[in-house]
Amino acid sequence: MSRTPRPKTKLVPQPTTNYLPERDADKRPILETRHLGIDFGGLSAVSDFNVAVGPTEIAGLIGPNGAGKTTIFNLLTNVYKPTRGTILLDGIDTAGKSTTEVNRMGIARTFQNIRLFRQLSVLDNVLIALNNETRYSALSAILRLPEYWRRERIARDRAMELLSIFDMQPLADQPAGSLPYGAQRRLEIVRALATNPSLLLLDEPAAGMNPSETSELMDNIVKIRDTFQIAIMLIEHDMNLVMGICEVIGVLNFGRIIAKGTSDDIQSNPLVIEAYLGKKKEG
Amino acid sequence: MKQTNTSIRIPMPVRYLINAALIVLLWFILSSLMRSGAITNYWTGIIIMIGINIILAVSLNVATGYLGQLPLGHAGFMAVGAYAGGIFMRAVPVQEFLRAGNAGASVPYILIALLISALTAGIFGLIIGIPALRLRGDYLAIITLGFGEIIRVVLTNIDSVLGFDFTFGSAGLKRIPKYSSFTLVFICVVLTCFIIHTVMKSRHGRAILSIRENEIASESVGVNTTYYKTFAFVLSAMLAGVAGCLYAGYIGSLYPSTFKFMKSIEILVMVVLGGMGSMLGSVLSATVLTVLPELLRSVADYRMVAYSLALVIMMIFRPKGLMGSYDFSLSHLLEKGLCAVRLLFGRKSSEKKGESRE
Ligand SMILES: Nc1ncnc2c1ncn2[C@@H]1O[C@H](COP(=O)(O)OP(=O)(O)OP(=O)(O)O)[C@@H](O)[C@H]1O
Ligand SMILES: [Mg+2]
Repeated sequence: MSRTPRPKTKLVPQPTTNYLPERDADKRPILETRHLGIDFGGLSAVSDFNVAVGPTEIAGLIGPNGAGKTTIFNLLTNVYKPTRGTILLDGIDTAGKSTTEVNRMGIARTFQNIRLFRQLSVLDNVLIALNNETRYSALSAILRLPEYWRRERIARDRAMELLSIFDMQPLADQPAGSLPYGAQRRLEIVRALATNPSLLLLDEPAAGMNPSETSELMDNIVKIRDTFQIAIMLIEHDMNLVMGICEVIGVLNFGRIIAKGTSDDIQSNPLVIEAYLGKKKEG
Repeated sequence: MKQTNTSIRIPMPVRYLINAALIVLLWFILSSLMRSGAITNYWTGIIIMIGINIILAVSLNVATGYLGQLPLGHAGFMAVGAYAGGIFMRAVPVQEFLRAGNAGASVPYILIALLISALTAGIFGLIIGIPALRLRGDYLAIITLGFGEIIRVVLTNIDSVLGFDFTFGSAGLKRIPKYSSFTLVFICVVLTCFIIHTVMKSRHGRAILSIRENEIASESVGVNTTYYKTFAFVLSAMLAGVAGCLYAGYIGSLYPSTFKFMKSIEILVMVVLGGMGSMLGSVLSATVLTVLPELLRSVADYRMVAYSLALVIMMIFRPKGLMGSYDFSLSHLLEKGLCAVRLLFGRKSSEKKGESRE
């Protein structure tokens, strides 16, 4: 709860900041997990998961289907209660917090199976994520006080600004559910960013995208990290994307990290080839 | 399709003025017809009942259509509001004012009664909503169903527990002053619709809708879902309390048996038929479902059969209800009308007005 709100990032005027190839060792990690684990019945879906993510790092999480990647996101956002271990967000333990509170502390996410507010407009989807910073009472809304109009206009402008990351302003009035698949995934990212997070979790952001959309997405993920100065952790099956933009990659198999390192480390790791890449060649 | 960018947009303040003017006009027409006798007392009564049912339907729509829950005890909140208002109005000297033709002096009491009804129903909503809405799933349906029945049993039996006359049990709370005039009900209907409309078109309303759309996503973007579920549910209960208060002041005597489970279902049918999440739909179906039974008095026994038939037919042909989730806006209709007029007369690209609806 003691997280001081980060100043809002201005999108348009700011030039792209210098890209930091390796995370700053002197800075405190934004996310740290210690011996994190969860069991579903007898099945240990995740065990002994330890990571530290730097404040402006892009981290990748890969692994075969059912390895437990999405489960880790659900643990980080407190959708699931961990059976073991601790999650520290900017040094603060998130145990016992609700998903809502964890978001307010600074974790935002997208979903593997897209969860948009489908019947609502693209703009409303983003405005809902801006709900916590659009402060006015229900009474101001009923009486349509000047405060209501002012805050609504600010929220609307901010939403439009955020939509401009993916050039989605022209789609603002369309129902989110009517967008093509790729655009829905991009909208989920915009909606997550609207909550002003310090850690963004992307669950298979490129799923269902064609190669040109994917390469555009790669540029945009880096751009988002640079402009917002936030950490991004992503799950992805597209190896080009993961190897292309992730500064550190963790490989998960049967709920355990079997390798961790840069893309070169991972590609030459025999364990990974056996567990993941090897399996892929066979199938 | 190209016509969409030429469509007419009425600026905000003008919209409000137009809506206000149309509403006042409607009130003026109806009340002059009533005064001149063109609308008989019998039909005035039906119009008042329409108003009460509109409030019940649009308020239930907040919890079902907008929040996406399924409360089955709306009549319970109506009962709480009706008895709270009725008991208060019997205790204050409103009867004498009304008899003396001094309606003005009773206005403050009426306002207090409406407030008491709304607050009492709201408190009950809070007591039920907080535990029921913390849980995801259909607990609310079961708990509200229980609440509706418990309220009725309590209203029937509480006097013997208290040891003095309070609700007069199944004998009925009689001789409540008849303060629910057409104008009062009309104002309450307009205010109810206005409050719901303005809340829903605000950050609070969007948060409520997001819970209906996807509760997990809603939590993931920081919406306090427990708070907003309770907020919507209590708002819904309070407005049902207002409807109850108006009902007490119209009918003059209250019996617990009026607020049976079937009354809750009747209100729910209005919402479902009108289209979940459509205020215009709720208003229309509340009107139709109040007038129809009056016209079909002879077959009143088969009303429930007719309701279920109507529902089944609706589910087959219009599963999203009469109006879908299309919402209520007089000026919106006016804009479309202006557009159509411009298309017909302004240019020669005729017969395109149908498309501007999409
Ligand atoms: N709520 C749950 N209850 C029981 N088992 C679960 C639950 N959620 C996940 N699991 C199990 O945990 C394991 C990991 O699932 P998870 O969804 O995290 O895999 P994943 O790595 O994201 O796979 P994919 O690449 O297919 O998305 C699976 O065996 C899954 O069946
Ligand atoms: Mg997954």
